[in-house]
Amino acid sequence: MSMTATAGRAHADPHHIGVVIEHPGPASKRIVTAYGFWVFLLSDIVMFSCFFAAYAVLSGQTAGGPKGSEIFEQGNVAIETVCLLLSSFTCGMASIAADVRNRFWFYLGMAATCVLGLIFLAIEFREFADLVARGYGPSRSAFLTAFFSLVGCHGLHVSAGVLWLLTMMAQVFAKGFRADVLRRMICFALFWHALDIIWVGVFSVVYLLGSGV
Amino acid sequence: MLGKLDWSAIPLDQPIPLVAGAVVLVAILGVLIWVVAKGHLPYLWHEWITSVDHKRIGVMYILLASVMLLRGGSDAIMMRIQQAVAYQSQGYLPPEHYNQIFSAHGTIMIFFVAMPFVIGLMNLVVPLQLGVRDVAFPTLNSVGFWLTATGALLVNLSLVIGEFARTGWLAFPPLSELSYSPGVGVDYYAWSLQISGVGTLVAGINLVTTVLKLRTKGMNYLRMPMFCWTTLASNLLIVAAFPILTATLAMLLLDRYLGFHFFTNEAGGNVMMFMNLIWAWGHPEVYILVLPAFGIFSEVVSTFSGKALFGYRSMVLATMAICVISFMVWLHHFFTMGAGPDVNAIFGIASMIIAIPTGVKIYNWLFTMYGGRIRFATPMLWSVGFMVTFIIGGLTGVLLAVPPADFMLHNSMFLVAHFHNVIIGGVLFGAFAGFEYWFPKAFGFRLDERWGKAAFWFTFLGFFITFVPLYIAGMLGMTRRMQHYDVAAWRPWMIVAAFGMVVLTIGVICQIVQLVVSIRNREALRDRTGDPWDGRSLEWATSSPPPVFNFAFNPDVRGEDAYWDMKVRARQQSLEHDVPEYRDIEMPRNSPTGFVCAFFATVMGFALIWHIWWMVILGGLGAFATFVVFAWRDHDEYVIPAEDVARIDRVNIEERRSLVSMAGAI
Amino acid sequence: MNLLDPQGPVAAANSTILIDSVFIMLAIVVPTIVAILAFAFWFRASNTKARYQPDFVYSGRVEMVVWSIPALTVILLGGVAWIGSHQLDPAAPVPGTGSPVRIQAVSLDWKWLFIYPDQRIATVNTLTVPAGAELNFQLTSSSVMNTFFIPQLGSMIYTMNGMVTKLNLRADNEGKLQGLSAHFSGDGFPDMMFDVNVISPLAFPDWVATTAKTDAVLDEASYRKLMQQGIEKGRPAYRLEDPRLFDLIANQHIPPGPGPELISEAGRPHSGGQDAR
Repeated sequence: MSMTATAGRAHADPHHIGVVIEHPGPASKRIVTAYGFWVFLLSDIVMFSCFFAAYAVLSGQTAGGPKGSEIFEQGNVAIETVCLLLSSFTCGMASIAADVRNRFWFYLGMAATCVLGLIFLAIEFREFADLVARGYGPSRSAFLTAFFSLVGCHGLHVSAGVLWLLTMMAQVFAKGFRADVLRRMICFALFWHALDIIWVGVFSVVYLLGSGV
Repeated sequence: MLGKLDWSAIPLDQPIPLVAGAVVLVAILGVLIWVVAKGHLPYLWHEWITSVDHKRIGVMYILLASVMLLRGGSDAIMMRIQQAVAYQSQGYLPPEHYNQIFSAHGTIMIFFVAMPFVIGLMNLVVPLQLGVRDVAFPTLNSVGFWLTATGALLVNLSLVIGEFARTGWLAFPPLSELSYSPGVGVDYYAWSLQISGVGTLVAGINLVTTVLKLRTKGMNYLRMPMFCWTTLASNLLIVAAFPILTATLAMLLLDRYLGFHFFTNEAGGNVMMFMNLIWAWGHPEVYILVLPAFGIFSEVVSTFSGKALFGYRSMVLATMAICVISFMVWLHHFFTMGAGPDVNAIFGIASMIIAIPTGVKIYNWLFTMYGGRIRFATPMLWSVGFMVTFIIGGLTGVLLAVPPADFMLHNSMFLVAHFHNVIIGGVLFGAFAGFEYWFPKAFGFRLDERWGKAAFWFTFLGFFITFVPLYIAGMLGMTRRMQHYDVAAWRPWMIVAAFGMVVLTIGVICQIVQLVVSIRNREALRDRTGDPWDGRSLEWATSSPPPVFNFAFNPDVRGEDAYWDMKVRARQQSLEHDVPEYRDIEMPRNSPTGFVCAFFATVMGFALIWHIWWMVILGGLGAFATFVVFAWRDHDEYVIPAEDVARIDRVNIEERRSLVSMAGAI
Repeated sequence: MNLLDPQGPVAAANSTILIDSVFIMLAIVVPTIVAILAFAFWFRASNTKARYQPDFVYSGRVEMVVWSIPALTVILLGGVAWIGSHQLDPAAPVPGTGSPVRIQAVSLDWKWLFIYPDQRIATVNTLTVPAGAELNFQLTSSSVMNTFFIPQLGSMIYTMNGMVTKLNLRADNEGKLQGLSAHFSGDGFPDMMFDVNVISPLAFPDWVATTAKTDAVLDEASYRKLMQQGIEKGRPAYRLEDPRLFDLIANQHIPPGPGPELISEAGRPHSGGQDAR
């Protein structure tokens, strides 16, 4: 008996460090949800990094087609960037409004975010349509392939974000600021801000670096 | 209307896939009819298909893996027979069929056998070991499983409608590009992996969050069972690596569907980029598979040696070291690309460095056995068999990491033997050990030991009879994926390997018989105490099978080997009888979201493969609608009243008291 | 095709490293396996002579040893890998007697084309080389990836469309060897084995002269015919019309091979397979 008794104690602190801080137990749902969504965002950023890597590898492969500096329009990109950065602000306002359960400011913030997102998408779509019309579609060269996929992948995320945004508004309308709705709102805000961060990467790597070449 | 789909997609002129497909179809229909006729459908729907209970989902994962193991195994048998007979002849399989078989074999064994098996075990066990009631995201967990099942379904569908990829399991471009693979095979491959990849990512996020954020009181990181640590490492790898696979396959699909030029020969596409990307996922993938197996062996060796795991902290360190280094070695898969001596040498050495923590693990298991009282139950047999087999696989692996040796052995049968050595010897043995070890926990009765041991010995010997000849054939210059060959020196080894396959098949049959025999004798094999192996971690602290809420009270952990500790304390305190105060428990409601979502994913995947665009839109809308409906529901939890909890728990406590008092008497 | 029966310096050095590495590792692997079996046997529950030590769960000394054994082995092997990768890099020169022979290898669907630009000849599925001379290979692919490999001469290397890889080898003894593609490339892949005739340096000019007398001419037109998917059972030889043909292939002036013809839109598994049989 004495042998087993020591066995139990020996493992608790084999290195005799002394202080062991006890884990308090499972985290709350709010924390778990936001944490899980963070992990998802990290994985999403890994996916983007592949498209960034592909762009870095292929950006010189123009196959006789246009170079970046020949097709990028700084003006449009500036408007896009402003829209997206502003939308992050309005999205933040909506989050705060949701936290204090103010419907009016929530709807206003979300609506502004939605409009700014749609403006961003419209400009991007026009840029793409224009390039395709000039014969510079993604199948023209590996550079354009990488460009369309990287920027398009971000655009798809924004579109999904807008869809989610509208669903969130509808949900607040139908269900009010319920605990689960608020948890989703945290996730949506995280998502929207992450898209902003990725856009900063796209903006720098594609448009700023590309215009110089 | 139906895109590329027409009657010519059904291979009426090819008897083998047609018959195989028909057999599968008849089997599925038979099971369905039986289920409906016997009136089991409501039970299945309410208790399993819509279940969000992590234990049920874990069991379904393992069931999926087992079924697909039979499919992948039949592919293996066909390949071994083909290579045994195709000396100076075409054998019985024409190249376009043989090439599909080896591609399907690899894809199925990795994605639909190994992955679901380990994810299933993690799902089943980890919340129990952490002392909590469920995983972090129960409904998403169900979505993840059903998406994996969707992928498996699409792969099997390719048997009868169209074809599967003929490009190998990683579908290297330019061979997998539209110009060289115009059929739907690569599309089946890519879409089923995309869909199941989403499922895997969801499972990964879920388990990472569970381990990091849901642990019972006192379950500090350095008190977690080893299996929880390896689960954490493996799922961190899933979260970091699977998006790479998703991106890479997305690029390949863009090339194929929209004429992009990521990996094409034309317009500046870059094949080497595919190699880099796919292996940046592919190498972590093998650790995603093998780390949980390491965790299982840690649990099994320690339990059956009657000792705590030797060098626990060292093991944790080794696990996390493997987790990190596994991302820095991918280039060893293509030393022969001509990258230059510095690059090759650096990646060669980085690959060898992984052998250090892996070696440490082996030695720590060795010293766990030292001074133990080893009971050779079936899980322990698998573990010792693993240690011996895996060391040999490690040896050949490090050998392949030496670039000049790889210049001779790359892509050879030696390589084939090596990765089967680590995947069968590591992952599959681990999965079987875990299966035997935790089966009583999941179902409340043990598995038959005699058939289990027979299965081990046949599999163990069969493995060596099959793969040692392949090592030798590799040394004789034989390369992989040969549909036929004219070199006389290779032939005898192929015949021996085919014989080994017979032995392996007997092993699998023993496994099936074991299951049948055990189900028949389940009353005799019943585990009433919930602790059939004298276990050490918390999953053994609850009944077998555990109630839906796992634990009536969240256990309070005071040290490593939490349950062992509790047992010791219980004996010392001579079984004090305090009556606990039971409380209501809230559990997540079941939800058909996963199943419905997977249904739409299947429709969408199939439509994408065959270019049926209206159906794609329909599937996408359906999946979105499913999530909206899920988000709209008002009650996501139900309450189990305290009386019910008390009633269920008391039965278990009585059984357990008798066990502890018996052990105390000894 | 035995790897342990090398016929050239590269293969000899590679297989020496291979065998050395195995023995270095066996030195710790064998004792470990013996220890596993011995411990498992001795500490079986039924053995009353074995001492039960449930408290033996940590030992700094043991940890020290178990981390250092694999670490030392890896340091040793890492040195082997570093030196080996540099000395045996596929592009490293392999000095030989006489002037080096330049060979440009192109992997086609599903055959090997060997161009001798200096000799103005080309052969399909046979490689004829003089013993003792350095062989400078430049390799590319007409379509999909392949790997050029002559097991008894040494290192293999990828062939990729639009890219040129380099490999230097030497064959020391006259005789017949076999080479193959070591990277799956489609339905005709197993038929991509080729003969390697190592002849005496004196006979080599004669062989070149005889081959050059052939009527068949390799130019862009005949190359385009050759790169159609199919298996070449014969061993055709050509007079090389344009010595820059390889460059035209490698820098994609001649577009990549066509792949299977689209028989029907549906995914029939026939495309290309017909030719393979």
